[in-house]
Amino acid sequence: MTATDQRTTTMSVREALRLALREELERDERVFLLGEEIGVFEGPYRVTAGLLEEFGEQRVRDTPISEEGFVGAAIGAAMAGGRPVVEIMTVNFSLLAMDQIVNNAAKIQYMFGGEAGCPLVIRTPGGGGSQLTAQHSQSFDAWFAHVPGLKVLAAATPADAKGLLKAAIRDDDPVMFLESFPLYNTKGDVPDDPDAVEPIGRARVARDGTDITLVAHSYAVVRALGAAERLADQHDISAEVIDLRSLRPLDFDTVAASVAKTNRALCVEEGWATYGITAELAARISSACFDDLDAPVLRVGASEVPLPYAKNLEQAALPDEEKITAAASVVLGLE
Amino acid sequence: MERDDAEALNQAVQPDERPPEPREPEATRGPDDGQDQSGRLRRLFELMLLIRAFEPEAERQYKAAKIGGYCHLATGQEAAHVGAVGAMRDDDVLITAYRDHGLALARGVDPKAVMAELFGRIDGCAHGRGGSMHLLDVGRNFFGGWGIVGGHLPVATGIALEIVRRDERRAVLCELGDGAVNTGAWHESLNLAGLWDLPIVFYVVNNVYGMGTHVERASAEPELYKRAGAHRIGGERVDGDDLLAVLDATGRLLGQAREQRRPAVLEAMTYRYRGHSVADAGWTYRSREEVEEHQRHDPLDRAVARLAELDALDSTEVEGLREQAEARVREAVEFAEHSAEPDVQSLGEHVYGDPASAEQVARMTGGAPFGEAELLAAGGPRT
Repeated sequence: MTATDQRTTTMSVREALRLALREELERDERVFLLGEEIGVFEGPYRVTAGLLEEFGEQRVRDTPISEEGFVGAAIGAAMAGGRPVVEIMTVNFSLLAMDQIVNNAAKIQYMFGGEAGCPLVIRTPGGGGSQLTAQHSQSFDAWFAHVPGLKVLAAATPADAKGLLKAAIRDDDPVMFLESFPLYNTKGDVPDDPDAVEPIGRARVARDGTDITLVAHSYAVVRALGAAERLADQHDISAEVIDLRSLRPLDFDTVAASVAKTNRALCVEEGWATYGITAELAARISSACFDDLDAPVLRVGASEVPLPYAKNLEQAALPDEEKITAAASVVLGLE
Repeated sequence: MERDDAEALNQAVQPDERPPEPREPEATRGPDDGQDQSGRLRRLFELMLLIRAFEPEAERQYKAAKIGGYCHLATGQEAAHVGAVGAMRDDDVLITAYRDHGLALARGVDPKAVMAELFGRIDGCAHGRGGSMHLLDVGRNFFGGWGIVGGHLPVATGIALEIVRRDERRAVLCELGDGAVNTGAWHESLNLAGLWDLPIVFYVVNNVYGMGTHVERASAEPELYKRAGAHRIGGERVDGDDLLAVLDATGRLLGQAREQRRPAVLEAMTYRYRGHSVADAGWTYRSREEVEEHQRHDPLDRAVARLAELDALDSTEVEGLREQAEARVREAVEFAEHSAEPDVQSLGEHVYGDPASAEQVARMTGGAPFGEAELLAAGGPRT
């Protein structure tokens, strides 16, 4: 790497995503974007702002409110040689396209015996905390991660947002790229190198520690890092935080290596934990790391209710730092 | 429906604000204009005979437990399948629902590859991973049979979108059944095709029953082609058992799609002789008299009569051609029986297509469900 390649620029997740899209649109003319309000409106969350003007309608295509239609159209375009990047305005609306995602995109490679492929990316944000209530505050990460044939990524930092989105666009398989409303404004250093791509299927140690492993992804990583600081301040505990980044394929080796060091694990997610990402992790840790564990694995997720509107009720339902710290204290035997 | 009333069948509705285009004068103009038209029609008739021989054999092999899963036969729909696919150019794209044996054969897929797929063998066109519903041949621009009613319509729309993005002069023929027009995917796909001026013909093969539900019991507007008008797309109905009428209508609409980027709906009225699938005897929702009435106007008999009129075929030749078709089907069965089963060690192959996938999943084995680590170690998921 040259010195130029190692330069970074400080930017938000939103800007990092936009930069990744712009660079990939420039790099590969097969890449195009489609989704609701991504062009003239400049993006419901402004991720795609300016791209229509820069690349034109054949590369940045507004769609009607028609999730099954345009997600399916992206699948067809991918089969025919395009590299579509779809934006579904929020993950809540992805349910309208579930037949296309699960029955079509995830199956093409296998049920056609490797004769056809589907190099597709679906970007979609989710999560609670903005008083958007029951129908607009959900996390379906586990729904997608459940399905062989899909790859499922979730970035927690601006650098990963850029590097993983580029990896998703360059990958030959259908990738669900799960974004997070509360992360869009998070800032961090992002490599300038347009070929700096983060690998799929590799977790990241977000914070080194020795006493307990906190496993999380997406915005839950921010919460876990906050809880780790509290544990350090209040209990002199050294918590390690693993940012999964890739839910399918899952990098369990990084989780296991951490648990081998800390002997304790707490799994955290934004969504409901029952049958969730954390359920999968707890099962794997409990079997693969059985001899390493000094305490049962615990989980924290959203309260198992539809998310309410009232600010105090919604906050009570989220897996905040206080809940994570309390759960970690149980795993650590502090109380 | 009055089967003999071709004028009543061959109806068209045009979108309000787009004037009808003048029709091409030649009824049977198609991809190999200038070539021997008689020879072309004769080859299409041979494909009808091939399907007529193939499907009952598939049923026999299913009942002999050589074929599993679902198995939807096209007997009775030969003209609707061969006429439409016969109007396509080689670089046009075909995509279909799951009653796809006849459409695959019409597209030129080797009956050996089709039968081997039904048998679940390695030489099948999807190498034994797809079965009856998921035939394909990407080399022939046949992008698959699809199993969820209506689910492939948005995909077809996207293939047409990619053709436009590449500024190519090709068209998509998207076959669907009458049951699919009541799904949301139908409306969404027609809307996108109309909105974006996509080169696609939605080819509704109306065999009157969606499984066992008569179209009159399923669709508030049972003249399905009229539903195109809601999206300012032209809609037509054609006698789907009339080979030449289907060939003409499909060829004309594919031409408009290719050259003018005008999407269309073409509804072909036909009838399936057998049940919805081999597992359905087909007698709970229709009478033997109804089936026999349709069989009296058999599409193959009608094709023989029409081709004889055009001097494309001598009716004395039919028996010989039928025997040739049956011989090809026997060869296909022989081939399928001798084709190997897929290696169980390959179970994990083709879950993903990216070359880096094996490396990407390599760290997923720890704590995996029982047997999954071994599956990963055996090589899957990989390309």
